[in-house]
Amino acid sequence: MNAYATDAHHDDDHHHGPPPGLMRWVTTTNHKDIGTLYLWFSLIMFFIGGVMALVIRTELFQPGLQVVDPHFFNQMTTLHALIMIFGVVMPAFVGLANWMLPMMVGAPDMALPRMNNWSFWILPFGFAMMLATLFMEGGGPAAGWTIYPPLSLQTGNALPYLIFSIHLLGVSSIMGAINIIATIMNLRAPGMTYMKMPLFVWTWFITAYLLIAVMPVLAGAVTMLLTDKFFGTSFFDAAGGGDPVMFQHIFWFFGHPEVYILILPSFGLVSEIIPTFSRKKLFGYNSMVYATASIALLSFIVWAHHMFTVGMPLAGEMFFMFTTMLIAVPTGVKVFNWVSTMWQGAMTFETPMLFALGFVIMFTIGGFSGLMLAMTPIDFQYHDTYFVVAHFHYVLVPGAIFGIIGGVYYWLPKWTGNMYDEKLGQAHFWLSTIFVNILFFPMHFVGLAGMPRRIPDYAVQFTDFNQVATIGAFGFGLSQILFLVLVIKCIRGGKKADDQVWEGAQGLEWTVSSPPPYHTFSPQPVIK
Amino acid sequence: MKKRSRIWHLFAIPVAMFGFGYLMVPIYDVFCDLTGLNGKTGSLSQAQAEHIEVDEDRLVRVEFISSLNRNAQWEFSPDMVSMMVQPGRSYAASYTAVNQKEEAVVGQAIPSVAPAKAASYFNKTECFCFVQQEFAPSESRQLNLVFVVDPDLPDDISTVTLSYTLFDVNSTVIQKPFSRQDDV
Repeated sequence: MNAYATDAHHDDDHHHGPPPGLMRWVTTTNHKDIGTLYLWFSLIMFFIGGVMALVIRTELFQPGLQVVDPHFFNQMTTLHALIMIFGVVMPAFVGLANWMLPMMVGAPDMALPRMNNWSFWILPFGFAMMLATLFMEGGGPAAGWTIYPPLSLQTGNALPYLIFSIHLLGVSSIMGAINIIATIMNLRAPGMTYMKMPLFVWTWFITAYLLIAVMPVLAGAVTMLLTDKFFGTSFFDAAGGGDPVMFQHIFWFFGHPEVYILILPSFGLVSEIIPTFSRKKLFGYNSMVYATASIALLSFIVWAHHMFTVGMPLAGEMFFMFTTMLIAVPTGVKVFNWVSTMWQGAMTFETPMLFALGFVIMFTIGGFSGLMLAMTPIDFQYHDTYFVVAHFHYVLVPGAIFGIIGGVYYWLPKWTGNMYDEKLGQAHFWLSTIFVNILFFPMHFVGLAGMPRRIPDYAVQFTDFNQVATIGAFGFGLSQILFLVLVIKCIRGGKKADDQVWEGAQGLEWTVSSPPPYHTFSPQPVIK
Repeated sequence: MKKRSRIWHLFAIPVAMFGFGYLMVPIYDVFCDLTGLNGKTGSLSQAQAEHIEVDEDRLVRVEFISSLNRNAQWEFSPDMVSMMVQPGRSYAASYTAVNQKEEAVVGQAIPSVAPAKAASYFNKTECFCFVQQEFAPSESRQLNLVFVVDPDLPDDISTVTLSYTLFDVNSTVIQKPFSRQDDV
């Protein structure tokens, strides 16, 4: 059990691999196994959430109601969001952290391996509960992923299932985050000071603190919904002295740090990939760390920009507008640093680099539309329109997701020992990039023209752009099958990868063999 | 040993933040009270109200509006659309509510004042909203309030609107845990 202690005493007798059979995956405490589980889980959920998105886009291909009834449409929008946030992006980040953090800081494993197993295995049960509501009388949750009362309190039996599944997902990610913090603080190799840590480690370190600070607030908010509905409390019921607007404040106190939880690790991934393929050191390492920390701190004082239209006083609107715009400064520092890293570098454009470049360009587009939304007077026009949908999909899909996919391509040869099919990877990148823009760019226009979000029907003048978006959606969805094929091909075989894999790659993870042994760094390396 | 205790410290953060989520409820209330946000009105005892100096030179229009919530079965309306008041003087106003159900019901009125800036200057010394109102079947009743507008009301405000929403407390609070979920 305690590989850490036994290895120190009698070194070489214990280099065994994993136990055979399926139980390996259930009982494993190995960070690489758990990372693999997280990543596969995330990929499966990506396809489930993607099918829901395609149901939405199919219905929106034409005005009027043709494919699904409005109540089911609302369930699709709600569950698509919950799955993509809690089931895809967050588990993918935790999976990458599990695989790479110990190898990047020179640790033998995560600090709390058994809790690691637990935090993964809670997830399938949480999502089984959430998805089971689709097959119940009354259907799944349909009040939007933000579950605003009083509407969400009219949900039928799905509400308690949703709330308990959010509790489970929260417990899982809090345990994952504590594990990551403990690993980084206690298990770094001798000589690896905080300011020598790779940026992926740094961004995760900060993200983990965000997670343990705000996931419990969400848990509190949904617990209040639960007691309001079933136990006679009146947190959000005006008749009993409560206030539905208060839910929005509590929810977005969680929700805004949450959106940085969804992007900061991708910043880290891109900060690993770009220097490798530019064959230069990352420009402005220190400022990257400080920028990440400032973004995280600012995220706690900007939440009400999600609710400019609830009737806040002018002073409040000004405060939240200016603090929100302030976030553009550290974010701009990061974009500047990525571009400066590439400046005069000997760049090559393998698939991970393509995804990182796509990230920098398209995330910046999403960032700019975010700045537009940050301006209070303009937000009154854009609030709850497709412009908002376009904004957050730009930062999440070609932002967070492209970062994750880039990271997977970057480390896939290390994990499997085989090079992936570069041609297929390039095809995957170009198809994804073209279709993601066909999918989301027209949403800016229909949003500016006033098409509200979360509706199954729309005015006829929006038809053309919606049809373009739907075509883009199917193109993007089908392109992801290439990714699945590529990953399976790479696991099964291919050109052998050497330990270094990429010419310009720096860091401890490239000093071990590809694939790495089941237990790495049992005697920890010393960093000079 | 030291490392282990550091990990337990980490668990304390989520526990504390869960508490903080709940703490936001009273913080929100206090913040609204202090700033008059959310239309929360000030309150004053009758004795204090008598000591306020009346501003004879100024007239402020007070408008009355009413609304009902969800499945509330009342007719509910103010007895006067508006009145002109001198800041510092006490005035009485009233609403009339008619229970349209053939059974006893309990209502709770929730006040709100617009513009929000005026809310903390609008003081009620007596109000039907201070307690729950019980109605016999088909009962019609006048509901009274006494208010004083603070002479410190900012000069740019010439109209204050007082709104009451009457909530059906029977169906929302008392019966809620079991009956509502069966209806859904």
